[in-house]
Amino acid sequence: MASTKQNGTANLAANGQNGYKVIGTRPVRPDGVDKVTGRAVYAADVQMTGLLHGHVLRSPHAHARIRSIDTSKAEALPGVRAVVTAADLPVAEDKIEDLGEGAINLKYLSDNILAHEKALYHGHAVAGVAAVNPHIAEEAAALIEVDYEPLPPVMTVDDALADDAPILLETLRTDSMGEIGSEQTNLASFFRHQRGDLEAGFADAELVVDRTFRTETVHQGYIEPHAATAMYSADGQITIWTSTQGSFAVRGQVCEILQIPVSRLKVVPTEIGGGFGGKINVYVEPVAVLLSQKAGHEPVKIVMSRADVLAATGPTSGSNIRVKIGVDSNGKISAALAELYYEAGAYPGSPVGAAANVSLAPYAIDNLQVDGYDIIVNRPRSAAYRAPGGTNVAFAVESVVDELAEELGMDPAEFRILNGAKENDRRPDGVQYARIGQIETVEAIKDSEHYQSPLEGNYRGRGIASGYWNNWGGQSSATAVLNPDGTVNLNEASTDIGGTRASIAMQLAEAMDIDYEQVKARVVDTDTVSYNDVTGGSRTTFATGLAAYNLGQQLKKEMKRRLAEHWDVEPSAVSYEDGEFSAGDESLPFVEAAGLVQREEPLMASSTVHPQDFGPGFSTQCVDVEVDPETGKITILRYTIAQDVGKAIHPSYVEGQMQGGVAQGIGWAINEEYIYDDEGHLLNASLLDYRMPTALDLPMIETIMVEVPHPAHPYGVRGVGEVNIVPPAGAVANAVYQATGVRMDKLPISPANLLEAMWAKQAEDAAEPVPGDD
Amino acid sequence: MDMAKKIAVTTTLNGEESIFLCEPRQTLLEALRDNLGLIGSKEGCGNGNCGACNVLLDGVLVNSCLVLAPEVEGRDVVTIEGIAEDGELHPLQQKFLEHASLQCGICTPGFIVSAKALLDDNPAPSEHDVRLWLAGNLCRCTGYDKIVRAVLDVAESDS
Repeated sequence: MASTKQNGTANLAANGQNGYKVIGTRPVRPDGVDKVTGRAVYAADVQMTGLLHGHVLRSPHAHARIRSIDTSKAEALPGVRAVVTAADLPVAEDKIEDLGEGAINLKYLSDNILAHEKALYHGHAVAGVAAVNPHIAEEAAALIEVDYEPLPPVMTVDDALADDAPILLETLRTDSMGEIGSEQTNLASFFRHQRGDLEAGFADAELVVDRTFRTETVHQGYIEPHAATAMYSADGQITIWTSTQGSFAVRGQVCEILQIPVSRLKVVPTEIGGGFGGKINVYVEPVAVLLSQKAGHEPVKIVMSRADVLAATGPTSGSNIRVKIGVDSNGKISAALAELYYEAGAYPGSPVGAAANVSLAPYAIDNLQVDGYDIIVNRPRSAAYRAPGGTNVAFAVESVVDELAEELGMDPAEFRILNGAKENDRRPDGVQYARIGQIETVEAIKDSEHYQSPLEGNYRGRGIASGYWNNWGGQSSATAVLNPDGTVNLNEASTDIGGTRASIAMQLAEAMDIDYEQVKARVVDTDTVSYNDVTGGSRTTFATGLAAYNLGQQLKKEMKRRLAEHWDVEPSAVSYEDGEFSAGDESLPFVEAAGLVQREEPLMASSTVHPQDFGPGFSTQCVDVEVDPETGKITILRYTIAQDVGKAIHPSYVEGQMQGGVAQGIGWAINEEYIYDDEGHLLNASLLDYRMPTALDLPMIETIMVEVPHPAHPYGVRGVGEVNIVPPAGAVANAVYQATGVRMDKLPISPANLLEAMWAKQAEDAAEPVPGDD
Repeated sequence: MDMAKKIAVTTTLNGEESIFLCEPRQTLLEALRDNLGLIGSKEGCGNGNCGACNVLLDGVLVNSCLVLAPEVEGRDVVTIEGIAEDGELHPLQQKFLEHASLQCGICTPGFIVSAKALLDDNPAPSEHDVRLWLAGNLCRCTGYDKIVRAVLDVAESDS
């Protein structure tokens, strides 16, 4: 299969490729003008008559029993319209439900909205207030008296698993491959994937590297804080306007938490200012609904502060990881073991399951074992973050792989090609691969000008790493209305975080052989189309694009049928080519046909899809770094990404996903971390102290789009959003090793952590006896 | 002072004289958004770290979340809503669209206002100049590549 490579990012050519007219071009997105002029309406921008403003009171303790809450002073403050606490929530007992992504205890979901009996992290919501303006709401929240009994905090894997560890959730028992334990515990679940003979594999090894790693909690860091407005109408109908990756996910969660039927709730998605997995869980939405009801059916808007966003939403897991890999004398991996301990935050549900799939996925390995542990700690409930769990484990695995290649004296790209997974190989959990592009991404890096060029200078180093992400199909619904002027209104429910209105509209335009400008894509609410999964799992351009393709086929078919009737021929006699319908001597351009076929009856189409055969993504990346030996600061000199993208529908937005994911991965690698004191207080809940990359911290990020078309999609689309964040931490760590001789065993490789490691190495080197000296 | 008692502020807003009522404790950002309905300036952090609320105050780039609304009395304020002129997109707005410099778009107004301030002062910046100037604006989606390219493209077109 031929793979097309595009080098560089400056190509703004408007020509499609491979016979496509629209796919492969770079048109302006339909929502673009509103977003560069400030007119686009995001969640906090919602205004309406009689709007009240909410504020949420949060726990100052990481772990505390709530003895009592007295809201009387807050309620008495002039301008206050309603106060709510967990007592207003209907679910108070354990209740297991499946909301589409596996079984979940509704009590945990509910307790995370407003703490019931116990506060489980610094920033845990305890009460909500609605008032005539945000200042009064904030003042009122400060008047709420909460009687806490502070308890010792449990902050890390080691704390949580200690024999005498304080217990966070009294009813929690370990689920060990379906067997439920009998003791109180902070270990929510354990699982093991294994195949082959691990012991024999390690016995066959010429060389074994066995290392342990630690990664810290990080946040998705979207620039738009969570915000929602709720209107609980006097007739019982509820509307929520919110910024979310999934309006139906909001509907599902809010309806379960508040125990109301879905028919009573409409969710209207506003524009969304970033999500990266962090805008799937609800936080303020149920509180706003309760406040609106209690305030006499007035609309209530709650906008989170940045400090609240960092303290109480998002983050993805910190982790302890052990990786042990053995290779035979030919450099082939003979056995591999990974042990993954992931911190879920206050409730079960870390991404350790996905991490296990990512762990050794780029490699063909006969003998392996991967163990996963889901552990609760007094940190915010973890949420998805771009390839959830993948960056942590790839940092560990790719560090060990780099060390093995070095010990063997092999080029690290060659090692990855020799051991690379391909069609029919298996993921750690046994899933067999269809056509994949891992080895092609390594070859693209190996052949790149970047990798071939020399890197000179002290304290400079180059590293590479690979990564895998499963991607997802999920369910999508869309409708298309043919207008008599030959344009098409495309109504879809996948909220647009990075240009998906364009990439979905392009697929409809291609399918109908019309111009991109003839398709008007819009994102609609939960009452307008059927169920639609979240914009996540790198599924949107793939699955909602598939629905758009189907819509195009349906509209074309019906247009042909009606034209056949008009021309009095068999439908099969009508052909459509180059934007023109024809049969015998008759012919009609698309635009005129659109009017003609609707003289008697309007024309629209609907499509629902649930594709199971989504294709996974792989990426290999190369980075050059320079380390300042005085400060430990890392400068990223050059960065190149090769990623298997299937087929790039809108290349600019594919490059954008690659560059954005890598920028996040670099932040994770070199700076970002949650810093807590001994009592579990979050110390860096601001964007000054939670240090994300700025424009000055990064170079241009070079992209190589490796196109291995995905056979199960009409245009070969693979998800492209997530895999790019998997390799960066490993690549940077490997480059830092080349620059300094230090192998970092923890993230972030912040100036302080790196300096400490460099000093430790200097002390170690100095202590070693000089050869020949007795 | 009664922090809830409203006062009248007279200012030049996007080229036109404007009078608005605000509470002394309100920031310029809050007054723009909630009192004047100019929602293009965004609050990403509320303490001057993200640049999503950036506006020009007497031609100088400021975080509107760090300016109190009464401070703009008698002064000149330009927001993202005042960047396009005579119904035509500003070249920065046009190039941000062409280069796909925005993904979610929440930081975009702040970036465009900041970039305008840069180019007003330095019409031919280097890549480093652009990166240094824009280091006060956070974007989490793009990795900045396409933003920097759009600004450089405008600078080249103008020169």
